[in-house]
Amino acid sequence: MVTDPVIPPLLEVRDLSIHYGDKAALSGVSFDIRQHEIFGIIGPANAGKTSFLRAINRMDDFVPGMRVGGQICFAGRDVATVRNLYALRRRIGVVFPLPVGLPLSIYDNVALSPRLRGVRRRAELDQIVERCLTRAALWDEVKDRLTSLGSLLSGGQQQRLTIARALSQEPDLLLLDEFSIAVDPVTTMRIEEVLKELRNELTIVLVTNLVQQARRLADRTAFFLGGRCVELDATEALFSNATQQQTIDYLGGRFG
Amino acid sequence: MSSFDGFSSTPLEQRNNSVQQLVRLLFLTITLLLLIPAVATIVVLIVEGAPGLSLEFFLDKPRQNGAAGGIAPALVGTVWLTAGALLFALPLGVAAAIYLSEYAKDNWLTRAINVAIVNLAGVPSIVHALFGVGAFVHFMQFGKSILAASCTLAVMTLPVVIVATRESLQAVPKAFREACWNMGATRWQTIWKVVLPNSGSGILTGLILVVSRAVGETAPIMFTGAVFLRALYPSGVFDKTMALSLHLFNVSTQVNDVPRHVPFAVALTLIGVVLAMNAAAIALRMRLRGRKKW
Ligand SMILES: Nc1ncnc2c1ncn2[C@@H]1O[C@H](COP(=O)(O)OP(=O)(O)OP(=O)(O)O)[C@@H](O)[C@H]1O
Ligand SMILES: [Mg+2]
Repeated sequence: MVTDPVIPPLLEVRDLSIHYGDKAALSGVSFDIRQHEIFGIIGPANAGKTSFLRAINRMDDFVPGMRVGGQICFAGRDVATVRNLYALRRRIGVVFPLPVGLPLSIYDNVALSPRLRGVRRRAELDQIVERCLTRAALWDEVKDRLTSLGSLLSGGQQQRLTIARALSQEPDLLLLDEFSIAVDPVTTMRIEEVLKELRNELTIVLVTNLVQQARRLADRTAFFLGGRCVELDATEALFSNATQQQTIDYLGGRFG
Repeated sequence: MSSFDGFSSTPLEQRNNSVQQLVRLLFLTITLLLLIPAVATIVVLIVEGAPGLSLEFFLDKPRQNGAAGGIAPALVGTVWLTAGALLFALPLGVAAAIYLSEYAKDNWLTRAINVAIVNLAGVPSIVHALFGVGAFVHFMQFGKSILAASCTLAVMTLPVVIVATRESLQAVPKAFREACWNMGATRWQTIWKVVLPNSGSGILTGLILVVSRAVGETAPIMFTGAVFLRALYPSGVFDKTMALSLHLFNVSTQVNDVPRHVPFAVALTLIGVVLAMNAAAIALRMRLRGRKKW
């Protein structure tokens, strides 16, 4: 693996383990996620993918019984020792599998995070809202009804609203958890184009059930299975000559 | 035997159908029967009480122990008591509900508190009355006063405010909270921006329940601040006051030579006050509910 000696990785994961009660959901995971890469994670249900994302922005605080062991360093800081978790979470945008349009106006959905960090001037908020909605490929559809409820948009629109909201945090890291589950193929393609452009500005962890989506987007891809990271490699290398039999089976659709 | 055309009903289906019709009729009858007492009460009140209603009845002070004159001080007193109860019960109840629903960890203590609250709602009002005498009249040294009576009413209605509010807080989907937390919002920011604005209907339900009980209850105020006769309007929270519910008790059982229509007129006013305030709250709640939010 070639790592750039000058730019340190954004995320360093060391011997990470996650338990719910006594049940292990993830164990012995170690790798780096580089600046400005799209890092794909594929794997069947129960592989621990969502749990991994939760550990990164310390959502374990809100999940009763969830324990995280090992170490995750974000921008050089061990997230377990971060006092100001709110600042940490602001630097990490998250998009869930099911779209969550908050029951606020479309405008307020996107302006919420800037307002929470203290942006008050209307002109500045306007600008952020327009920029984020445009980048999430939603602006043209909603620019004439910014005051209507975000939670009543169609599923695909809500998912783009969710992405716009994540972008409004001006994050360094974007965590996408199976974002295309509730989105039609055309919209998915549009969002994928957006993600490719975003790579210039931020780092993306893309958890996906669609292996072809990882292939299209990810620079490197990790294969999770049953709470372990089975294999990690540059995406094309992983897809064309995986070394582990389990990976080959999964990619070949032969998984029982 | 008829040939099978796909839609003719079998004997079993016919029987199921007649059973279903019977059940429907039975339950409809029961529902209508249950309505009779309620409707009858209102009809009697209107027929008997309406002749006693007049502008003077609402604006005058009682004379001859309530046998003549009006009910103005009782009406005003009830408004004071109800407003006082609301002032204490709503903010405290909503705060407790927010704590229990949004902050408290799900452990034995929280569960014990929740059970206790549900049970408190079932404590008879006379028990609350005695508690009010001990706690507010004597211990807090409010004396027999509007303040003591309002506090007693508030304590009595707190459990229902808490339960109603907590339920409506919990009706707000968890996903909204998680989305906010993920954005770096604090728990309070999440509650303030997203959860509370969508739980208005539960808070209004609490308000309705407080008003209905505060206006209607007699026992808790009789011992703590309401008096049979006081021809003065209250001038402060340490005054004693008349109240509609107690006045009704008074003119129907305690005073001689009361004209027949007076108790009915007082009762009609009492029900009118409750219904009017509830109608306002229900209308507001329907407006909140009517707008679909997700
Ligand atoms: N809140 C929770 N409480 C208890 N166990 C949980 C919780 N969340 C996840 N788990 C358990 O952790 C394991 C991994 O779950 P996780 O959601 O991380 O899988 P996943 O890879 O995201 O699966 P999917 O592809 O279906 O989303 C599962 O066995 C699951 O039951
Ligand atoms: Mg998942």
